[in-house]
Amino acid sequence: MNNKTRTPLFHVARRAALPWYKSWAIRGGAVLLALLVCGLITTLVTGEDPIAVYAAMWAGSFGTSRRIWVLLQNIAMLLCVSLAVTPAFRMRCWNLGGEGQALIGCLASAACMILLSGKLSNGLVILCMIVTSILAGAVWAGIPAFFKAKYNTNETLFTLMMNYVATQLVAYFCVVWENPKGSGQIGIINPNSQIGWFPVIAGQKYLLNILVVAVVCVAMHIYLNYSKHGYEIAVVGESERTARYVGIKVERVIVRTMLLSGALCGLAGLLLVGSTNHTLTPTLVEGRGFTAVMVAWLAKFNPVWMILTSLLLVFLSRGAGEIATNFGLNSSFGDILTGVILFFIIGSEFFINYQIKLTKGAGKEK
Amino acid sequence: MDNKVAAVTMRNITKRFGPVLANDRVWLDIYRGEILALLGENGSGKTTLMNMLSGIYFPDEGEIAIDGKPVVIRSPRDAFELGIGMIHQHFKLVDVLSAAENIVLGLPGKLDLKAAAQKIRAICDAYGFEVDPEQKIYDMSVSQKQTVEIVKVLYRGADILILDEPTAVLTPQETDKLFAVLRNMRDDGKAVVIITHKMHEVEALSDRVAILRHGQFIGDMPTKNTNAQEMTNMMVGHAVTLNIDRPEPEDPRPRIEVKDLTVRDVEGTVKLDSVSFTAYTGEILGIAGISGCGQKELLEAIAGLQPVEAGSISYINDDGSREELLGKDPLAIKDMGVALSFVPEDRLGMGLVGNMDLGKNMMLRSYRSGKGVFINRRAPYKLAREMVDFLEIATPSVETPVRRLSGGNVQKVLVGREISNAPTVLLTAYATRGLDINSSYLIYDTINTQKMRGVAVLYVGEDLDVLLELADRILVLCGGKVSGIVPGRGAKKRDVGLMMTKLGGNAHEQ
Repeated sequence: MNNKTRTPLFHVARRAALPWYKSWAIRGGAVLLALLVCGLITTLVTGEDPIAVYAAMWAGSFGTSRRIWVLLQNIAMLLCVSLAVTPAFRMRCWNLGGEGQALIGCLASAACMILLSGKLSNGLVILCMIVTSILAGAVWAGIPAFFKAKYNTNETLFTLMMNYVATQLVAYFCVVWENPKGSGQIGIINPNSQIGWFPVIAGQKYLLNILVVAVVCVAMHIYLNYSKHGYEIAVVGESERTARYVGIKVERVIVRTMLLSGALCGLAGLLLVGSTNHTLTPTLVEGRGFTAVMVAWLAKFNPVWMILTSLLLVFLSRGAGEIATNFGLNSSFGDILTGVILFFIIGSEFFINYQIKLTKGAGKEK
Repeated sequence: MDNKVAAVTMRNITKRFGPVLANDRVWLDIYRGEILALLGENGSGKTTLMNMLSGIYFPDEGEIAIDGKPVVIRSPRDAFELGIGMIHQHFKLVDVLSAAENIVLGLPGKLDLKAAAQKIRAICDAYGFEVDPEQKIYDMSVSQKQTVEIVKVLYRGADILILDEPTAVLTPQETDKLFAVLRNMRDDGKAVVIITHKMHEVEALSDRVAILRHGQFIGDMPTKNTNAQEMTNMMVGHAVTLNIDRPEPEDPRPRIEVKDLTVRDVEGTVKLDSVSFTAYTGEILGIAGISGCGQKELLEAIAGLQPVEAGSISYINDDGSREELLGKDPLAIKDMGVALSFVPEDRLGMGLVGNMDLGKNMMLRSYRSGKGVFINRRAPYKLAREMVDFLEIATPSVETPVRRLSGGNVQKVLVGREISNAPTVLLTAYATRGLDINSSYLIYDTINTQKMRGVAVLYVGEDLDVLLELADRILVLCGGKVSGIVPGRGAKKRDVGLMMTKLGGNAHEQ
């Protein structure tokens, strides 16, 4: 009769759907807990005052108006790539090639700026940049999409591999178009004539990008939730068999959606080259194609929530950098804190979907 | 029975899934040397209760005792150690392994297939099974696979056996064989529980019946002291009539003519072999057969979802003109003006999208309507609300994802949508599988209403009793061939059952 000691103390059970305020309370609690744990780790490992560390993190993003603009610009670019991969993700088509699709867009823009300057007027060069970079991104996503639709190849691997092809291509052209000779780098393109440079709005260098991405964000929200295409994407993502059953041409939807996905990545590349950096390097996209996967997942593929999740990720990474410089810590320490915070945020989803039930009468005499 | 100690005593067992109370303070006793039928409608908590006994779920509250000793069952391993074995509806076998390999899989100790095969044969001889230990699972029929599952459980020394709807996949003949084996086990002193909602099985097999309704224990009694009507009333909670209407077809005219239809699957196996028949307006053509005999391929071929190797499928208009449906996808068929509705077997995997709400599921058929790139959301949601009223769909709202609904309500959503566009042909596959009695009768009524409207109905069914009562004619498929077409009125269950297992049935014997 000593079986009682074997009674488990708790078990896990699925929750009913929580009201939104409760689930957000859980998420908020997770963030607070994460900050607490980060503080503990900071004090224990480095001996720094955790409050000062957090203050530095905050200052890294919001310290000066310039920093706020940089923050916003980074959010916009990350959001742009995240919005780009979202339609594919909603279709359960894991486009991990955002990095390469954006980079190939960068390459197309830079090529226009370098090859067409002096041959066409500034306006026409910009028009060519827009068209070619969007097209390049679309083609870069279209190739794996075609093979997926036609031969059911795995899009995850295919798009991932396309990233490396894009990086190598850009590395090659960086040498071809190097300036000055022998540097192996392109440097600022058309620094004097500023051909192919996008106009600066209201004196703010980053405003154009932010506005464009804001428009894309709203448009994507409407496209996914209110258009026939968006509905088809959702149905294909949920069940290809259901889609075929109601006569949706699944292959066509896959290719169409991936083209859109790639085109928006190309747009991100265009903005990076034409509006912000005016140069081309193999690392110009800065891993946003991968961070975008996290942004999209954290926001559950909701374009509006993605504003928040990209803010969070950009804030964390900028804060991490700031800590590293201010306190003379290794930059990996910032990454550790980012990791802890993300761990708690992602982990909180478990507690939103499941609850831990204590077993009644466990350990009691019967 | 008072002098026996119950093999299993369950007391006050309660289990919740979120807000759903799956089992509410259930009491149940299981005795050795007895076959207990656990009877209840779908969603009444039968499987949940037995899953707690076999260690898959852990009860929120309540006690379980084996042979009078309180026990805690935390995992299937615990259950096995207590001699409890459950045979699930969906078999858990490795296709590329042999029967013996599957049976010893996961057991501790040295792998000795020869000794295992011997022990398996001994078990088979003792109870009257037929299993070839060397045979690979992929070569087996559904009934053989089930036998392997049962032997697997016995091999591990189980003496309390639970079978979850074991006859759902069997022909009448196979069912009889299974029942004989179960009786042998009972006579050997084992405790046998079968979960079922089929009344005639309870009557044919069980010694005692226990009834659950909405997660609550309603009562138990010796089977010989009760009858189908009383059990049904206890199951449903109020008196129900058990007759299905079968109005005479009015003015039947040919509607769909299938000729020499041959279908191969991607592996090249013949799924349909020169199938020919005609479906008439105002008639329900029942399609019987062991599962996997080409029913799915037949319906999907007509619906434009299945590539076809040879043959033709003609749609015959009211004016007698013909149109070929083969080679057209569902959209092309719709564009031809053929109102073809299809209630597929896989409701949430094909007919509906589980994560979408009722309105969006109504949209599946209509979202293309209207010009422009945006969807008209108002009409489908209005249709959804009408369906909720018309078919008495129990749902919190039309914005609820359909996967949250019970099986019966999911099916009502699907059937409701499919009949909403005034079909001329209605294809249904296992329309009442897993549905409770009330929902089933509502679906039969709905299908009958469509028949009276002059719709040509193809009704693929698994419950022969229902087919014999509902269908005007019954087409029997056997291994992808037409084994025969018999009139529904006056057909004998035994004959149809034989036709299911053998081309032409007993005609060949005579």
